[in-house]
Amino acid sequence: MTVTDKTLPDREPAGSPAGSPLLEVSDLTVSFGSEAGPVRAVRGVSYTVRPGETLAIVGESGSGKSVSSLAVMGLLPSSAVVTGSIRFKGTELLGLNDRRLSKLRGSGISMVFQDPLSALTPVYTIGDQIAEAVRIHQEVSKNQAHARAVELLDLVGIPNARLRADSFPHEFSGGMRQRAMIAMAIANDPDLIIADEPTTALDVTIQAQVLEVLKKAKEATNAATVLITHDLGVVAGFADRVMVMYSGKSVELAPVDEVFYTPRMPYTMGLLGSIPRMDVEEKEPLIPIEGTPPSLVSLPSGCPFQPRCPIAVDLCRTVEPPLADTDRPLHWAACHRSLEIAQRGWSAADVFVRPALPPADASLPPVREERDVVLALDNVHRAFPIRKGAVIRRTVGSVRAVDGVSFDIRQGETLGLVGESGCGKTTTIMEVMNLLEPQQGRIVVLGKDTGTLKNSDRRKMRADLSIVFQDPMASLDPRMPIGDILAEPMWVQKIPDERIKARTAELLQLVGLAPEHASRYPAEFSGGQRQRIGIARALALDPKVIVLDEPVSALDVSIQAGVINLLDELKVRMGLSYLFVAHDLSVVRHIADRVAVMYLGRIVEIGTTREIFAAPSHPYTQALLSAIPLPDPVKERSRKRILLSGDLPSPADVPSGCRFSSRCFVFAEQLDAEQQATCKGVDPGLYELGGDHRAACHFAKVREVV
Amino acid sequence: MLKFIARRFVNYLILVFIATSLAYILGSLTLDPRARYEGRNPPISEASLHASLQERNADPSTPVLTRYGHWIGGVVHGDFGKQIVGDEEVSTEIKRRAGVSLRLLLLGTIFGAVGGVLIGVLGAVRQRKPADVASTVASYVLLASPTVVVIVVVQTIFVWIYHKGGPLIPATGEYNSNLQGIEFWTDRAKRLIMPTMVLALFGISFFSRYQRSAMLDVLGSDFLRTARAKGLTRQRALFKHGVRTALIPIVTFFAYSFGLLLTGATFTEKLFGWHGMGEYLINSVQSHDVNAVAAVACFTAVLVLFSGLLSDILYAALDPRVRSK
Repeated sequence: MTVTDKTLPDREPAGSPAGSPLLEVSDLTVSFGSEAGPVRAVRGVSYTVRPGETLAIVGESGSGKSVSSLAVMGLLPSSAVVTGSIRFKGTELLGLNDRRLSKLRGSGISMVFQDPLSALTPVYTIGDQIAEAVRIHQEVSKNQAHARAVELLDLVGIPNARLRADSFPHEFSGGMRQRAMIAMAIANDPDLIIADEPTTALDVTIQAQVLEVLKKAKEATNAATVLITHDLGVVAGFADRVMVMYSGKSVELAPVDEVFYTPRMPYTMGLLGSIPRMDVEEKEPLIPIEGTPPSLVSLPSGCPFQPRCPIAVDLCRTVEPPLADTDRPLHWAACHRSLEIAQRGWSAADVFVRPALPPADASLPPVREERDVVLALDNVHRAFPIRKGAVIRRTVGSVRAVDGVSFDIRQGETLGLVGESGCGKTTTIMEVMNLLEPQQGRIVVLGKDTGTLKNSDRRKMRADLSIVFQDPMASLDPRMPIGDILAEPMWVQKIPDERIKARTAELLQLVGLAPEHASRYPAEFSGGQRQRIGIARALALDPKVIVLDEPVSALDVSIQAGVINLLDELKVRMGLSYLFVAHDLSVVRHIADRVAVMYLGRIVEIGTTREIFAAPSHPYTQALLSAIPLPDPVKERSRKRILLSGDLPSPADVPSGCRFSSRCFVFAEQLDAEQQATCKGVDPGLYELGGDHRAACHFAKVREVV
Repeated sequence: MLKFIARRFVNYLILVFIATSLAYILGSLTLDPRARYEGRNPPISEASLHASLQERNADPSTPVLTRYGHWIGGVVHGDFGKQIVGDEEVSTEIKRRAGVSLRLLLLGTIFGAVGGVLIGVLGAVRQRKPADVASTVASYVLLASPTVVVIVVVQTIFVWIYHKGGPLIPATGEYNSNLQGIEFWTDRAKRLIMPTMVLALFGISFFSRYQRSAMLDVLGSDFLRTARAKGLTRQRALFKHGVRTALIPIVTFFAYSFGLLLTGATFTEKLFGWHGMGEYLINSVQSHDVNAVAAVACFTAVLVLFSGLLSDILYAALDPRVRSK
């Protein structure tokens, strides 16, 4: 457990021309053939990277950010047509054969990929894979290469590096795999590291650790870095310069502070406005960017962002703006109106319309205690047995996925259930959705104990309790038209056909789609639209409570904002209550009234959203909050970050006493031996901290972290 | 690891028991050994007929389950009973013939698997190019053709080669007892070519399909991209990281393919005039020899047991994720 000072040393003014560029990409285009015509994934992108600098390439899915970097590495499939110029240290890379390029890959330029689960070969040990990278480019013996691999693993913070070098990838956690990937990338002292969404698949606390390692790796090798990401928070704390991409084009290129504080392109402004932030004082609606990115096969004429841009003028519809100078030095933007934006001093809120916060439902009693409890969990447990043996299977242990969880949700309220993967939040909602008696404890839905329900009651109750799933691609049957998908829950409840028809049209309108969409199939919709269909399906039977299982985590930020606002609006209009499950605390900040933080099957802190964010009291909540990067470079640089050590312990082997003690920074650094004995020996219950705010810590203390 | 193998071994043993028992009972119910003795000229007396059948544990008047019990008791001690025709023990005949079949099967499987893997990898790497299309079409034609047709085609091709001035490859028989020394062995090796080739062709068409799809999965994988990003050339990355990983699922098919090849081998042996187990099975069915049929079934089941065990071991050797369990 370390508290690292995140203030960066004084640097040269970002973007100053120091020396000749390391990487020069000019007018790069990449297109792929498809049945519908050529997909123009990258359309004339130019940028330079100077030695030692960090350039972030930001964009949503399909913006061409990854493709352009794979083109630099020469790793695109052979079906890709690449034109333009890519010069590395003065040498043209385009057109080089595989043999010459592979000399450069891994030694001059190396790459860290997104998904650490699949990016390592499953059949070789981690040590062998790193040693292989060493031996490709250096004339060393097998033993020397292995020793170097151990050294590198140690450098990236793998404990017991000598031993762990002999582990296979499946024996490493996601964070450790990503560390190993970084070790591999710096094995040959590269001049340039390209990191393609290096932390996207990781939990926030692990993300913070990995970013720290990436910084260390950068310092150790003095390499320039290209960081590809969709997360503007990560960019704020990491990059010197930022390039924003949209529809295969670079639309804004500027030093990091410029992009965040004086954006000159409406898309960048929209992107900044649509990110949920946890440093806002009050709950406020997000600014969504209407519409979806255009198809790369048939781009609109003029500016590709024009159909979604609120300030588009006629010129925007006919002429595509080039990346041009703005009023500020070293700042380029592709917008016809960038000078006007500068003169008028427009911000995201001026360009895009911030929707009004829906008025609170007047029919509800203002005091929480007077409202009905719609869902209550009382000391719910759920354990999964671990079985061994082939013929006679015996239970050798159990995974206590949910280990005594209690909370209640009152009418018209949103409870955000937050925690990292493996903390038991999904198991908790599955227990609720089962409507069965839990292994231990009680679940009460709308005043009825699930243990006493008969099968017929249970089916009726499904009308009052519905769910929206995380992945809008997988949760809709691809072979069913939308109308049938929406009608299915009504068929189950035996609602007459003519009512169903009318209701389907009504539902589509409710979520911002058109009734004529009912005959289309899910494949014809974008991710955001599909999630709206998922929400419409959940609304079909006029439920009282909706369980939202990570409803926006699979969506791009600009789309995510619209869905969050829709959920907020529906809640008020239809008098709903939400159980909102998320791993992202900043999303919860914008939608929840109360927040419960889960760790290893328990709730460690629960309170109103304001209490949790302004006065977090449990060390885990504090670490979680502190790990979330803020999309604000100045704040991000001056923040002190609490870094948690290690990974989440296995729920099959929970630490004694306080289950967070094994990773707790307060326990490790601030408590004396006697206090530590308390933590190790006594399991803390939820202590009252005043009002509704409770935390499971013997030494709960408010620490400012946001 | 040893525990894992031992557990699999027990599982396979149970399978062998079930397969053999079923084969015996089915054989006893459908074959009629008595018919072999009846209608001879001069007729055999009822008493000696009965005695003969009794001695061979094949008297239809004894209930099937009793015969089965007697038979299984013998099998445990390696005694498969006497042949219905003649006085020879079944096990003696099996010993004579097993080597002939095993040689063919082993070579056929090895060539089939290696060839199939190579062609499958080639097909995946050159997806939708002429080499891939050709191997795909050829595989499906082969898989859809009866063994007999393929054998005749192969024989015709070799005859054609001979007519064009190529070497003479004998098409039937396993060896020529008139030859001696080196000549005897080269002749014997030559005679191996055609039947091995037929079996290998089936193996190739079968394995190449699976290898191709396994390899296609791997080709799109992130770890192959990582390997190239490290600085391996496309070719080296393909072999060291790609093929190595794509082999894992193939091993599972190994056991099944053995069974498939066995059925193919039955006809192959018969048509090439080899006196192997396949021919023995066909002859025994014709001569209503229950004991021999059951013994061949047992032999086949044991072969599947060993190939199954072998693929389990290979699987563990190739995939560390299985090993650690």
